[in-house]
Amino acid sequence: MLHIVNKSPFERSALDSCLRLAKKGSAILLFEDGVFAALKGCATTDKMSAAARDFNVFVLGPDLSARGFEQDQVIDGVTVVDYGGFVDLTVDRGPVQSWL
Amino acid sequence: MADFEEDFDTDGIIKKFMYVHTRAPYGTVYALEGLEMVLIAAAFEQDVSVVFIDDGVFQIKKGQDTKAINMKNFSPTFRALEGYDVEKLFVEKESMEARGLTPDDFVVPVEVFDSEELSLLMNEQDVVITG
Repeated sequence: MLHIVNKSPFERSALDSCLRLAKKGSAILLFEDGVFAALKGCATTDKMSAAARDFNVFVLGPDLSARGFEQDQVIDGVTVVDYGGFVDLTVDRGPVQSWL
Repeated sequence: MADFEEDFDTDGIIKKFMYVHTRAPYGTVYALEGLEMVLIAAAFEQDVSVVFIDDGVFQIKKGQDTKAINMKNFSPTFRALEGYDVEKLFVEKESMEARGLTPDDFVVPVEVFDSEELSLLMNEQDVVITG
């Protein structure tokens, strides 16, 4: 299963619900305002670092760049993908569950 | 008719307007719409303060590059506010720190206030609009 999260972890509980209910070992893609959860040095970092050990966590590069963040600001263990990578994840790791 | 015009004669009335930005840019339209409201108040030469709290602090993050998401990068517009005499920009310390940001990360000079200081400032306003 591929879980996709597009809501900020500071504003909404979508990511928490996802982490609580997703089966260990599944894939999680952070995109749009969800990319903030992939950042180092934030109040959410410890939680996501732990999650990156239980899940395959990805973050969409174009949404990171749009918000002014670079790859080196992403938590270790979280993989940056482009739109092609998003498509590959959908094909390889689907079905997709969208956490709105 | 003369009375009507008189009733709506707002020349010289300046109110203290505070715009409170609470949302990240691009994921929703709130940030861009909020910025437009600031520009409108500035055009009417009001006493404008702009505050960034919660995810609103991400609106003024340096280095935004929106080419790949095919949306307009509106962060440079914040730098133009000075030209409209909008110079009172505040960031809430707690929100900034929770997001791993420092004043060096912002496209404009800001004053960093803690929530207690911001609360006092809010209380001095005639109009507070949150978006």
